[in-house]
Amino acid sequence: MDVSGILFVFLGAQIIVATVGTVWSRNPVTSALFLVLNFFALGGLYLLLEAQFIAVVQVIVYAGAIMVLFLFTIMLLNLDNERALAEKFDLRKGFAVLLGGVLLVELLYIIGLKTPIPIKQTALTTVQLGEAKYIGRELLTNFLFPFEIVSILLLLAVVGAIVLAKKNFTTSPKS
Amino acid sequence: MQLELNHYLWLSAFMFTVGVVGVLVRRNAIVIFMCIELMLNAVNLSFIAFSHFMRDIQGQLMVFFVMTVAAAEAAVGLAIVIALFRNKQTVNIDEINILKG
Repeated sequence: MDVSGILFVFLGAQIIVATVGTVWSRNPVTSALFLVLNFFALGGLYLLLEAQFIAVVQVIVYAGAIMVLFLFTIMLLNLDNERALAEKFDLRKGFAVLLGGVLLVELLYIIGLKTPIPIKQTALTTVQLGEAKYIGRELLTNFLFPFEIVSILLLLAVVGAIVLAKKNFTTSPKS
Repeated sequence: MQLELNHYLWLSAFMFTVGVVGVLVRRNAIVIFMCIELMLNAVNLSFIAFSHFMRDIQGQLMVFFVMTVAAAEAAVGLAIVIALFRNKQTVNIDEINILKG
């Protein structure tokens, strides 16, 4: 087994443990920290797949920005009654796990079909495909319209988050 | 062992399934958001793997857009959770039933 195989097994095991830990752990803070571990391992896998730019963005945006947002929310809500919210295993949840198992079997079956994939002819090497220079060039030529739409989406998200989290936001209409 | 596309897709399928089970099983709204992030990341892993093995840069751009949408979704979603918590003093989705769904 070569170095990339060993790295894949190591990062894959880390992802499996962190994924199960996120869903399993009782405390939401523990869940969030498992998710951070998961995002770092995913960044490593992206490096293994020669997507350097996306790997760095993954660590900065997901592990850095989004998870800080989650942890701040958990801190603000101060969920000391998490024990009372402790979830017991009933029939409905057993059924949910069963459905999840069925979904996994279906996905693995589809992957096992090994449908041949077309390989695109390109002048770039596999390392160049992950470079910020070429991603940026593609982003500002072929993907210019989605890029602009996404900027509007981010603006709307900022405004929406502020409006929703404002002090006097109530769910009942004013009478 | 030569790393193939399928190895990455297996990992991605596992992550996605655990995310789905988490959304169905957990009752804490914040943890449900985290499980949604798990599913988005599983799909991102598939995109990057396909991008690598098909020598196509567009998969990486898709991941870029998914990350942006995930950031927007997390910001708005957590603002909704805060607004709900301010009104109902709980993040248990079984008790949040004002839509009578």
